[in-house]
Amino acid sequence: MRIVVLVKQVPDTYEERKLDVTTGLLDRRASDAIIDEISERAIEVALKHKDSDSTTEVVLLSMGPASLTASLRKGLSFGADSAVHVLDDGLGGADLGWTSTALAAALATTGYDLVIAGNESTDGRGGMIPAMVAERLRVPHLTFLDSVEITVDRASGLRESESGTLTVHAMLPAVISITERVPEVRFPNFKGILGAKKKPITVLTLGDLGIVPDPQLASVGRSVIVSTIERPPRAAGVKVVDEGNAGSELAEFLATEHLI
Amino acid sequence: MSNILALIEVTSTGSLVNTAPGLLAAAAKLGTPVAVVTVAPGTGTALAEELGTLGASQVFVAECEQVGAVLGSPQLEALVAATTALTPVAIVVANSADGRDAAARLAVRIHGGLAVDAVDLRLDADRVVVTHSIFGGAYVVESVVEGGIPIVTVRSGAIQGPVAATTPTVTTETVTVDESMSSVIDAVHEVATSSTRPELREATTVVSGGRGLGSKESFELVDRLADALGAAVGASRAAVDAGYVPQSLQVGQTGSTVSPQLYIALGISGAIQHRAGMQTAKTIVAINKDPDAPIFEIADYGIVGDVFTVVPQLIDAIQNRAKQ
Repeated sequence: MRIVVLVKQVPDTYEERKLDVTTGLLDRRASDAIIDEISERAIEVALKHKDSDSTTEVVLLSMGPASLTASLRKGLSFGADSAVHVLDDGLGGADLGWTSTALAAALATTGYDLVIAGNESTDGRGGMIPAMVAERLRVPHLTFLDSVEITVDRASGLRESESGTLTVHAMLPAVISITERVPEVRFPNFKGILGAKKKPITVLTLGDLGIVPDPQLASVGRSVIVSTIERPPRAAGVKVVDEGNAGSELAEFLATEHLI
Repeated sequence: MSNILALIEVTSTGSLVNTAPGLLAAAAKLGTPVAVVTVAPGTGTALAEELGTLGASQVFVAECEQVGAVLGSPQLEALVAATTALTPVAIVVANSADGRDAAARLAVRIHGGLAVDAVDLRLDADRVVVTHSIFGGAYVVESVVEGGIPIVTVRSGAIQGPVAATTPTVTTETVTVDESMSSVIDAVHEVATSSTRPELREATTVVSGGRGLGSKESFELVDRLADALGAAVGASRAAVDAGYVPQSLQVGQTGSTVSPQLYIALGISGAIQHRAGMQTAKTIVAINKDPDAPIFEIADYGIVGDVFTVVPQLIDAIQNRAKQ
């Protein structure tokens, strides 16, 4: 079985993240770029299946700038077999429509039995790419899974939504996405870290994918940013040390502010 | 006015999901709100009436044999059919799991453009302008869609309904799904929603607890304060990871994003990921025994003290005021 894991490089959530207020795009200089934690969990789901079936091949697929290589090597160090990097200046500032078009074309190139993604990235938080890719590939989507079981011909699991908790399954090939309820990724061992340097990373351009930006991307509805405003940082207000009556004083404050 | 479709979600037991009023209010800001609802054949009448009371001018009832049997596809086909029949200028859906799946597949199907996690929207010279709150509210971004119908997912609680009740016109159409492209629902385990507290993302007051509560048992202090204030209960990721509360209560980068009038953080240090989920609250109160906790940097009212002495006193004071 070939499992392709969609991986995203994101700004580290432990640092302050910035947008460029003139373009509305991510300011990549402002914070370190790391592999998203939810992508790591998606890799773990694939590796767990590989543990039980050594014929399973785990391929990482990502789209991003040249600096993405470091995140792909990190992903490979956990135990994935190879990676595919969609890299093209024509994809700078790509929105969901473009991104899903490029990823679906890359999946058609690599081949797949199962695609696993995180439910949403920590930066864009759209949560759209898995289902969009599924629609472009004309396969089922099985998203927001809190647990996953993979067999030779199907993926199944538990899914929580507004309509309740469901047990669901999809016949393969399919695209699934997982939530942070699935286990954290394993630690890479020494052999994994050394081996990651030698594992193949295939770079694909739009040309390699047979995508001509105009008209193929231009015919898709596009999200265009019209303004970006940085909110002024919150200032600290009153800070008191409890000397026995802070609870009563807080009630007084809340009453004055008409909050109780 | 132009038609604006609102995808209304229905629970597995057939009642409206509580995002319906806000979605119809969002649609009404742009044009004529049309509720699109997917039901098993012959079961749409009561829902259509209820949607009228929430302000839908028209209800597009899509009857589908596979409702409840397959995941998402009936809702997708309902939106495709309604788009063909009613030529909307925009489509709004909830930024929920089901809503996002429907929006994502619809955008591909009709060559629409997505605007995700809207906290507001407006019509500006025939353009739908969508407001987004990025990186936990650090940035406010406005976007439009060019070259296709805008499909907007709306953050739960961001736009409040309901709008004035109407007697809607009801259109019923049958839709079918391609089962080869659908996931299958094998079983439904309905969540016990016995809580009488407000929904976290929509509450005007939220009381959250962190690792400082120390145990699952003592987290009950958060519940007590929440009940004294009529508030929703939230938690930091540390409290969730420690097993004090279920993940559904998590506020932060990877949990719910809340923007209440009052946010009270108990025993929460205020890691940057937690702040990303609550820093747009109007008033922030923090109680923590560590005077250097980063939560104090953004708190309007901070108390350096023990939550187990300050909070019971606060609850007493609130209850005494209520009696006066």
